[in-house]
Amino acid sequence: MRTYITKRLLLIVPTLFGVAALVFVIMRVIPGDVTLLILGGDQAGRIDPAQIAAMKHQLGLDQPLLVQFGTWLWGVLRFDFGTSLWTGQPVIEELLIRLPLSLELALLASMVSVVIAIPLGMLAAVRQDSWVDYVVRVVSIGGLAIPSFWIGILCILLLVIYFGWGPPLEFTPPWVDPWANFQQMVWPVVTVGYRYAAVTTRMTRSTVLEVLREDYIRTAWAKGLRERVVVVRHALKNAMLPVITLIGTEFAFLIGGLVVTETVFTLNGVGRFVVDAVAHRDYPVVQALVFLIAFSFVIVNLLVDLTYAWFDPRIRYR
Amino acid sequence: MATNVELSRSTPIADVAPRLSVLEEIVGFVRKKPLGAAGGLIIVVMLAAAIFAGALTPYDPYQADYGVQFARPNADHWFGTDEFGRDVLTRILYGARIALFVGFTASMTGCTLGGLLGVTSAYAGGKVDLLMERLMDVLLAFPQLILALAVASILGPAVENVVIAVAIPIIPRAARVVRATALSVKENVYVEAVSALGASRRRVVLQHILPNVVAPYIIMVTAQLGGAILAEAALSYLGLGAAEPTPSWGLMLSGSASAYAEKAPWIALFPGIAISLAVFGFNLFGDSLRDALDPKLRGR
Repeated sequence: MRTYITKRLLLIVPTLFGVAALVFVIMRVIPGDVTLLILGGDQAGRIDPAQIAAMKHQLGLDQPLLVQFGTWLWGVLRFDFGTSLWTGQPVIEELLIRLPLSLELALLASMVSVVIAIPLGMLAAVRQDSWVDYVVRVVSIGGLAIPSFWIGILCILLLVIYFGWGPPLEFTPPWVDPWANFQQMVWPVVTVGYRYAAVTTRMTRSTVLEVLREDYIRTAWAKGLRERVVVVRHALKNAMLPVITLIGTEFAFLIGGLVVTETVFTLNGVGRFVVDAVAHRDYPVVQALVFLIAFSFVIVNLLVDLTYAWFDPRIRYR
Repeated sequence: MATNVELSRSTPIADVAPRLSVLEEIVGFVRKKPLGAAGGLIIVVMLAAAIFAGALTPYDPYQADYGVQFARPNADHWFGTDEFGRDVLTRILYGARIALFVGFTASMTGCTLGGLLGVTSAYAGGKVDLLMERLMDVLLAFPQLILALAVASILGPAVENVVIAVAIPIIPRAARVVRATALSVKENVYVEAVSALGASRRRVVLQHILPNVVAPYIIMVTAQLGGAILAEAALSYLGLGAAEPTPSWGLMLSGSASAYAEKAPWIALFPGIAISLAVFGFNLFGDSLRDALDPKLRGR
């Protein structure tokens, strides 16, 4: 087990290095110059070259690319992600402003998904090929098919027309004003939660179906146990592993991947932050965020694999 | 020799299972997999819309008609018109071409590249395999949106370019699945046998490994199709995919649709239904196909 963890931790290093190198190269290949953008946008042609050079020097962009990459990596190793080229604030501080919203959205959506998906998926599996199963399957495949931004647009449309609702301008954390926070978050959570619940329902259904065919389930039935006990205690417990995997990876994705939902609901989250940073050619911000998103993805994957061994002692990693 | 021929002709399969006509096979599929058949029907309708768009509608998807801006759905314009007076139904019909084009090309390109990498990785093994796996890890962990942003800013927002952005994230997924299958195929005794008989590497891979990974490949392509259509819609919605005035479903929902949503909700309503139905159809069909082709994954 220990060798397995060590091996996996070591394998994270090349992956993250690859991500770091890729995002660094991509940002430098994209046309557009951050100094010109800062100094004057469209009037770039009329700016004094000396001024541009001075700005480049000030931002450290006049150094060779390899040096820039090395400096940045060295910073990352010390948890120093540099400062935003635009605001001059440390990237971490800028991120911490947006993180609570994204975390809350991801957490609430996960909760909605788990509360809806696990009972529904279980029900569909136990009553396979009945009308309940068909309804659950159609609703969950539908959840995968309906674009979340479209649900968002429809939500806003209904809210604006019937309730005179306007999108909030600033995020209110739940510890400041829970009611205002709820009003702000409920629709994005519903929008994201539906798709998320759809994926989880399908996974729960299929794994429960698989487990229900196992021998020990037949034994449980033969012992004369009640259906509830067989399904919940024997089947569901053993079917949870892939579902946990899915919830984990989805959660990791939700923190930085909700650009579309954040755009529809004009929320100032991590996803929009990345997109805006790319538009501004704010290299340190993009690099840091992509690195952190990839990092959480890799770590969640590792944790998920380790939970497998924890929950199922039959699994032994080499 | 003659007896041999006789034997091979009277295979038991020929007696037990009489050949089904195409119609009978379709009826059988509809009975056994009603949901899959429903998906298939949606796909057929969508294909028809894409192919015959020009004949199905008298309007032009690009031509603005300022006399009929924001027309409510009526006998002339079933789905109403948008802010330029363009017929929404016409744009949706032509939009099916874009959705299908991006869906097919992106999922085929992604799955083919991923599949080839997967087979190579599995067959070569050792350092090559290790390196490929790490590369795939990098691609999996890299946020798709940043890739799409990069592609859009380097090559410009266009339908052909969005294919690249949609296809890249499919590569590692396909590579994983195909690699796993190829690894188990490689362990089969017959592969060892042909290698022992002196077959060249190329022959082993092309003749014996590739045919055996075709089933998971087809499953991957169909499974990724719906997702690819959805990804194109999302990227176009964000302004990273098709550019105006292309009738892309996602683009039809962006900007103006929400701006005029109160005044003309049909602009935002129908393209969304089109996306949902198309992806729904492909997912239903893909699910049933997977059930039919791979008993191990039944019901997933």
